[in-house]
Amino acid sequence: MSANNTVQTFYDDYAVRNFTVMAVVWGVVGMLMGVIIASQLAFPELNLGISWTSFGRLRPLHTNLVIFAFGGCALFGTSFYVVQRTCQTKLKFSLLSRYVFWGYQAVIAAAIISLPMGYTSGKEYAELEWPIDVLLLIVWLMYATVFFGTIAARKVKHIYVANWFYGAFIIVVAILHIVNSMEVPAGWMKSYSAYAGVQDAMIQWWYGHNAVGFFLTAGFLGMMYYFIPKQAERPIYSYRLSIVHFWGLIFTYMWAGSHHLHYTALPDWTQSVGMVLSLILLAPSWGGMINGMMTMSGAWHKLRDDPILRFLIVALSFYGMSTFEGPMMAIKTVNALSHYTDWTIGHVHSGALGWVGFITMGAIYYLIPRLYGQKQMYSKKAIEIHFWVATIGIVLYITAMWISGVTEGLMWRAMNDDGTLTYTFVEAVKATHPFYIIRMLGGLLYLSGMVIMLWNVLKTRSLGQPARAAIPSHSSTLAHA
Amino acid sequence: MDITDLRIIATLSAFVTFIGIWIWAWSKRNKNDFDEAAKLPFEGEE
Repeated sequence: MSANNTVQTFYDDYAVRNFTVMAVVWGVVGMLMGVIIASQLAFPELNLGISWTSFGRLRPLHTNLVIFAFGGCALFGTSFYVVQRTCQTKLKFSLLSRYVFWGYQAVIAAAIISLPMGYTSGKEYAELEWPIDVLLLIVWLMYATVFFGTIAARKVKHIYVANWFYGAFIIVVAILHIVNSMEVPAGWMKSYSAYAGVQDAMIQWWYGHNAVGFFLTAGFLGMMYYFIPKQAERPIYSYRLSIVHFWGLIFTYMWAGSHHLHYTALPDWTQSVGMVLSLILLAPSWGGMINGMMTMSGAWHKLRDDPILRFLIVALSFYGMSTFEGPMMAIKTVNALSHYTDWTIGHVHSGALGWVGFITMGAIYYLIPRLYGQKQMYSKKAIEIHFWVATIGIVLYITAMWISGVTEGLMWRAMNDDGTLTYTFVEAVKATHPFYIIRMLGGLLYLSGMVIMLWNVLKTRSLGQPARAAIPSHSSTLAHA
Repeated sequence: MDITDLRIIATLSAFVTFIGIWIWAWSKRNKNDFDEAAKLPFEGEE
């Protein structure tokens, strides 16, 4: 940055720093919960016979912590970082951004207390009871105010594509949360859904699948469109493709939710709409993946000695894999085999551990040194080890679940000549046991990688000071805008 | 005209809008703007 005589202004990274560090902390806690419940599935006595530590209560705690605490903090932190840098202006409503941080941590704390106590509204990925729903809504509206306020105050003409993805994530998650959380309170920690029967199921999976589409996909694509170009040191392969990628996802994702309800009481045509739109989703998803991948063209050699870039690019490969597997599983005849089996769990985790986890880890490894005034992470070797331990963990996890899931599916549908079932249910349970142990080991490896990351982050943090990053003077940049 | 016609119109106009966005994104006129936009993450670096 060249010296100049104008008064320097600085980016506001208080919330960025806190969210980024907490993402790593919650990552460790959430993944530990995952390993605990995976162990309980392999060895049920590990629930200790206590209701607080039973599978039914810890499972929603695991999903809430990894999706909303780990993933959420990473999204809040990176979006506040990216929106400032690509709009070349300070975060708008600085105080509000601090409330967003502390308010969101309060929501997470409330989840950690209320879920093991058994308070749940019973809706998957929306278990938190109504007072916590209200708190989350308030935090979310403050978040939207800060984010869109910053965009409105931007010093450049164009709104960079990463902000479009973050913006869609913020708006759609607000809509999903409001609509799916419509409930009638029956006491302080008890409520009933405003919807009934199959409508309730459809609203829930419209919410559930768009949480995948806009929380776990659009938000993290925002990360992808900023951090891959930055780490690869070259602009995105095709900006035009990124526009079509964005609108393609926006126009199709909303319709795909009903594939969660194949062969249920949901009208047949609604199921088919979900299936067809899920198949169409392959196109924009792969367009986006190719866009990210091609950004590397001419720079592939960087993967050899840059573990951060490796995290980001392998994340894209898993994005490609799971967005191929997803549409395939949405085909009704495939779904007839895969539904309710461990294949679904394998699919979700290839997306969650591979795509969401790796793109987040890459982005955080990029951010931490910059946020604490360091040139690089404390230990590059530790990033390398993290990468390999986590990759082996994912491979063990998803292959175990594929085999276990297909085994279950085939055993459940096997019939004798006289029309009776070949296997009792417990025989299928027994058949999955070895794969549950492999899955537990895979999860343990992935968790170990996260613990290494936490150590590395804390070390880097202790060496540095919170950095003050100067906003570039606009005389040099406005010419392009 | 009943509600189904409205739904058909809404679906078709969404489709046409999407195709329109596609054409707009690929129009020669906008190429330079988008090439500049792609450099936004690197602005202010020296």
